Amino acid sequence: MNPETPDIAAQPAGAPRLRRKDLVGIAELSSEEITLILDTAVAMKEVSSRAIKKVPALRGKTVVNLFFEPSTRTRTSFEIAEKRLSADTLNIAASTSSVVKGETLADTVANIEAMAPDLLVVRHSSSGTCHFLSRICRAGVINAGDGMHEHPTQALLDAFTMRERKGRLAGLKVAIVGDLLHSRVVRSNVQLLTKMGAEVWVCGPPTLVPAGFDRTGARVTYSVEEAVRDADVVMMLRIQLERMLGGFFPSLREYFEVFGMTVERVALARPDVLIMHPGPMNRGVEIASDVADGPYSVILDQVSNGVAVRMAVLYLLAGGAEHETAA
Amino acid sequence: MKRLLRGGRVVDPTQGLDAVADVLIEDGRIAGVGPMRAGAGVEVVEVPAGCVVCPGFIDMHVHLREPGQEHKETIATGTAAAAAGGFTAVACMPNTEPANDCASLTEAILKAAAATAHVRVYPIGAVTKGMKGEQLAEIADLKAAGCVAVSDDGRPVPSAIIMRRALEYTLMLGLPVIDHCEEPTLKGEGTAHEGYMASVLGLRGIPAAAESIMVERDVALAEMTGGRVHIAHLSTRQALRSVRAGRERGVRVTCEVTPHHFTLTDARLADPIPYDTNLKMNPPLREAADVDALLDGLRDGTVDAIATDHAPHQPDEKFVEFDRAPFGIIGLETAVPLALDRLVRPGVIALPRLVELMSSNPARILGVAGGSLKAGSPADVTIIAPEAAFTVDLARSRSKSRNSPFDGWRLAGAVAATIVAGRTVYVNAEVDGAAGLGPAAARA
Repeated sequence: MNPETPDIAAQPAGAPRLRRKDLVGIAELSSEEITLILDTAVAMKEVSSRAIKKVPALRGKTVVNLFFEPSTRTRTSFEIAEKRLSADTLNIAASTSSVVKGETLADTVANIEAMAPDLLVVRHSSSGTCHFLSRICRAGVINAGDGMHEHPTQALLDAFTMRERKGRLAGLKVAIVGDLLHSRVVRSNVQLLTKMGAEVWVCGPPTLVPAGFDRTGARVTYSVEEAVRDADVVMMLRIQLERMLGGFFPSLREYFEVFGMTVERVALARPDVLIMHPGPMNRGVEIASDVADGPYSVILDQVSNGVAVRMAVLYLLAGGAEHETAA
Repeated sequence: MKRLLRGGRVVDPTQGLDAVADVLIEDGRIAGVGPMRAGAGVEVVEVPAGCVVCPGFIDMHVHLREPGQEHKETIATGTAAAAAGGFTAVACMPNTEPANDCASLTEAILKAAAATAHVRVYPIGAVTKGMKGEQLAEIADLKAAGCVAVSDDGRPVPSAIIMRRALEYTLMLGLPVIDHCEEPTLKGEGTAHEGYMASVLGLRGIPAAAESIMVERDVALAEMTGGRVHIAHLSTRQALRSVRAGRERGVRVTCEVTPHHFTLTDARLADPIPYDTNLKMNPPLREAADVDALLDGLRDGTVDAIATDHAPHQPDEKFVEFDRAPFGIIGLETAVPLALDRLVRPGVIALPRLVELMSSNPARILGVAGGSLKAGSPADVTIIAPEAAFTVDLARSRSKSRNSPFDGWRLAGAVAATIVAGRTVYVNAEVDGAAGLGPAAARA
């Protein structure tokens, strides 16, 4: 073990914890809790740089990844994070679960709970499902994306990446461009960034801006130039083909013309702008390839940092002796 | 058989009455109101202090679920809840399985009601066959069998031409067409009022315009045809404006609001229980400005009736993801306490207006007997205790279902007793002195 980094495996008594059972959204977190997660993730990131990428922090803990919606990136990221913390992990995808046999979600989860997992990592297509499960489960529930509601670990890894590169979150101008209406990423990011004192601009076609979104603390604009101008961070959101078919905009071509992130538009931002994308990307739709692969892109850093942030969340919720005594 | 309800405050707007008086009941009908002498053979019932004697309340929008969905409610359990809620009559919506779209179904409902119901049951027939919105149901036949109105409630009459025909066809029958106003493409897959709360919670929105567009359409069609349209569970300020403007032009349009829409806003979706499926109803809970507008409408007369849209669902059906949960809540046993606590106590309306909203207006709109204590009226009487404390306790509900967001609510105002055709069908033993309102046999 590297003696220069915080000894996360030793779990010293009185080590900081999230004083909560679940992480269902950023909405419930205080700025202190967000800072604790981001600080803990710094130590976790170091673990991933070791030759032996494993610490025993969650040894003997069982984490179930319960994915009712297809996901590669998030599920893989959680699974790697769990394994690096020595948790026993199990993946359940909706297609292989009893849900397709007509069993209710509550019954499916009750059956899993009967096998005494410590944490459930849940992805579901219905907003509020993690709130629902957190009320009925003894195990902690980590929201890995619920419908159009929240994706808290994505916002945490985005914030971690910004803080790592910029040294701060407060005062940053962050522009988020794309399908705001259907995005859980934007909802978690607006919650987190406004709590941490960043200036958040959101931008998209008016058909894809949720009603009343100006009351969230974010500035709403339909002008991508206005959103991007002098931005420290520009984050693109995925545009799905179904939205065109649903009449939200006429064509992917026109979307790219009006909102696509091109080198010319990036030039309006600060010279040290970060280009981010939660993935999966549609090149040539919301982002030009030369921007995605360009010098300002931190898109793959986001993926690497995702593991560290998820390790931090898992550790802060389930790790340590304190939790065991409490339980 | 004669009964004398003695010494209560009697409120009956149909005779401009709000005074302490006696009510004499003879053979299931009101024999007279005023100072009465208890002659030989008259059972004297003392109305407890603080109680108010009203013409029986009528809930013109109830889902009794029988036939076809008896696991949610039956005519017996739904009307038991109605009696406990102070309702002497309910009008039941036709979205049963199968839908009440033909005389034989109506007859079956009335037969079951005659055998099992605790209060009067007035069936509402479907506007269209199978409630599919395509062809008119046999409305004359439905009326002949006992339907008092037609509605495809649960869904709108989506086609303007079918709605036009329904309003025209019912002209010869004198029946109102009750519409669940919601423009289907705007409603889409929505589950919550479109606005800040739905946006933050990531719930698909149902915009206010989905309701108001169709209310405006219906007002225009009623104006054109001279037909009579009644707007079910009106929930938005924009729709209320359409009704008010139509009424001013002489259009035959009436409307109802539910207790949950004048009590709750969509802010409840986040707090205290996020995504509580007992807050999922259609139309959805709206914004504070809408609640204010509904209160104005209740005060100024634009709103004609308070109706519950009692929509029972089994706990299992609501114990699911928000998107998957069915719309609707039960409301029969909470309507009167909520109306007393939220409308009468703060002075939004006075008691005579409440009686209009819950009794005389529904009777007039549906064209049924009752809604009055005039001599000769059916002896349907609701006795309320406006000052009595009432705590909602779903565990004690008479309904088969428990889907209400009001469990544990402490309200000021209770039902003391419910009397149908002179017979006491419900007594609330928790109201001081109310035990004496029960049947003589029970007191002996």
